[in-house]
Amino acid sequence: MNNPTDMLTAQQRQDIIRHSLQKRHKTERRLRWAGLTAITIAISFLVILISNIFLNGYTALLQSELQVEMTIPKAELVDENGDLDAARIMTFNWNGLVKKAFRKKFPDVKGMMDKRSLGDLVSDNAGYELRLQIEKNPELMEQNLFWIKTSDDVDMYMKGRLDASLPEKMRRLDDKQIGWVDQLKEVSEIRKVFNTGFFTTADSREPESAGILGAVVGSAMALMVTIILALPLAVMAAIYLEYFARPGRVTDLIEVNINNLAAVPSIVFGLLGLSVFLGFFNMPRSAPLVGGMVLALMTLPTIIIATRASIRAVPTSIRDAALGVGASRMQAALDHVLPQAAPGILTGTIIGIAQALGETAPLIMIGMVAFVVDVPTSITDPATALPVQIFIWSDSAERAFYERSSLAIMVLLVFLISMNLLAVILRRRYEKTW
Amino acid sequence: MSDTVKILASDVNVFYDTKQALHDINIDIMDRQVTAFIGPSGCGKSTFLRCFNRMNDVIPSCRVDGHIMMGDENINDQALDPVFLRARVGMVFQKPNPFPKSIFENVAYGPRIHGLVTNKSEAEDIVVDSLKRSGLWNEVHDRLHDPATGLSGGQQQRLCIARAIAVQPEVLLMDEPCSALDPIATSIIEELINDLKDRFTIIIVTHSMQQAARVSQKTAYFHLGHLIEYGETKDVFTRPADPQTEAYISGKIG
Ligand SMILES: Nc1ncnc2c1ncn2[C@@H]1O[C@H](COP(=O)(O)OP(=O)(O)O)[C@@H](O)[C@H]1O
Ligand SMILES: [Mg+2]
Repeated sequence: MNNPTDMLTAQQRQDIIRHSLQKRHKTERRLRWAGLTAITIAISFLVILISNIFLNGYTALLQSELQVEMTIPKAELVDENGDLDAARIMTFNWNGLVKKAFRKKFPDVKGMMDKRSLGDLVSDNAGYELRLQIEKNPELMEQNLFWIKTSDDVDMYMKGRLDASLPEKMRRLDDKQIGWVDQLKEVSEIRKVFNTGFFTTADSREPESAGILGAVVGSAMALMVTIILALPLAVMAAIYLEYFARPGRVTDLIEVNINNLAAVPSIVFGLLGLSVFLGFFNMPRSAPLVGGMVLALMTLPTIIIATRASIRAVPTSIRDAALGVGASRMQAALDHVLPQAAPGILTGTIIGIAQALGETAPLIMIGMVAFVVDVPTSITDPATALPVQIFIWSDSAERAFYERSSLAIMVLLVFLISMNLLAVILRRRYEKTW
Repeated sequence: MSDTVKILASDVNVFYDTKQALHDINIDIMDRQVTAFIGPSGCGKSTFLRCFNRMNDVIPSCRVDGHIMMGDENINDQALDPVFLRARVGMVFQKPNPFPKSIFENVAYGPRIHGLVTNKSEAEDIVVDSLKRSGLWNEVHDRLHDPATGLSGGQQQRLCIARAIAVQPEVLLMDEPCSALDPIATSIIEELINDLKDRFTIIIVTHSMQQAARVSQKTAYFHLGHLIEYGETKDVFTRPADPQTEAYISGKIG
């Protein structure tokens, strides 16, 4: 018996332990503080980021409009039978009508230059949008009062994003223009309303007409393609690797490659799509189909890895039970293991898809960065995607695009957060413990 | 009880990679009797048991040599379809492993995948019959569609027995079926084994000598991958021919 503590009395032994205890508690407290600090820093960055985006973007929820009084010359728009004539509507100078009506509000304004700068207060798209409205609802022609969109510069001024104290040369509205807007404000002929257009239209050259619907639909189509391609392929691959592949060099090689693939920068997948899908197979540029295929390649390893992990989490006793009563390997996998693994597979898929939703680089490579004013109606139509739309807008000169890109980021974040939330809920609800 | 041989294993050697787990095992399993495999843990009982329904196929590193004849078919012939074999040789595992489905589904699954039942009422008949044979009917008849995982351990194990016999196998393999159960559940299962041996050839692995003595007619004693002694249970326990067997049953090894 040469235990060194044999020499100590019980009292001494307790003292030693108590002393060491103090030290241990101190270390623990320090660690706790370090952890707390780290979390606080991380959270405050997140808060700063999100509030910054919010402050930049919330104003895009509103759009300024101004009131004009005008009579639509119905006679010029109908054919011999008195029905609306599509061709005439197309060729009619709507913009001229709107601007002329608007200028009537300021009869004192004379001179070419002043008239032009007065006209600049109205959106260049106002005529076009009026035409669309009338095509949809011809009864509007009977009306005399219209609210039409202001130009983006007026919109910025209305939202306080144009600093009137700057020297005149340095701002996008001169003193006269600001004066006119203020006049309109006084008589309440200019107002801010909810910007429905942002959610119901696609991109536009004019910020006041630009919306995200085109990009959202483009993203949704691409993700559909991704799910349809990646999910079955990944689940099959995972089942094969877990159940059928004989361990050996080939299987090891496949495994290493899948893990590597998960770490490949996404732009590389974009390059692959560019050279293979577009270059070799001549598939359409800018199409959600190709975007979805590229994203599927990118998501594949993520889903395979998640599926294999969930298959492995199902106890082998379940598989043995199935094999024991004479199920084939495939029956054991499909009837018993997959249903148990399904929540895990689903969670992995959602997270993979959420990643794909946020991807920009590979989509730019295959041309989904194009300027598209129509909401795509099929997966081969040219389209863009939500993150790419954000990229395009944040890169534009107009201040009004900047606030729109912030709002679009918020929309993207809402999608991402709801997807991750869904994943968490699914995991909570179906999580099995054995 | 009959005197015909059901399974004849000759020169069975089993390897895990290069490590040999069983050495030249020769044994004949009698039809409709209970044969017990005993021996210290790690001696290869489970490995040998799994040879009879080719469950070792699942373990990639495992290689089985030798002949295991059932009738005039070699179980160990790679050309033999293990799925077909497992319909004839059923298995009950050490840890109760019901499917995480309803009690009914657990029992009906085997007959269904083998095409033994074609409609719901046939499935019901088999389920009721199997549950009655496994002594579980009275306890579960009013909750057949409840999840099987809600049963107690002993009930789960009897459900696994019901699931195995629902396919009407000729041979029933049991790998320490009571090791996770309490004494009462154990004695119920032992009684059940006694009833089942009239219809099935049963091979049971057990670490409990008393259990082997209670339920089996034949006992095989394994040690370090060798079959040391095999004979009538009463002979093995009362006058073991081999000193190692004697040491084990008297509690000196194990
Ligand atoms: N999957 C496996 N891989 C490698 N060795 C194994 C495996 N299963 C069992 N063994 C080895 O084979 C020997 C016999 O094991 P087993 O048949 O489980 O013994 P028992 O059931 O008698 O306790 C042991 O030495 C064990 O380590
Ligand atoms: Mg064992």
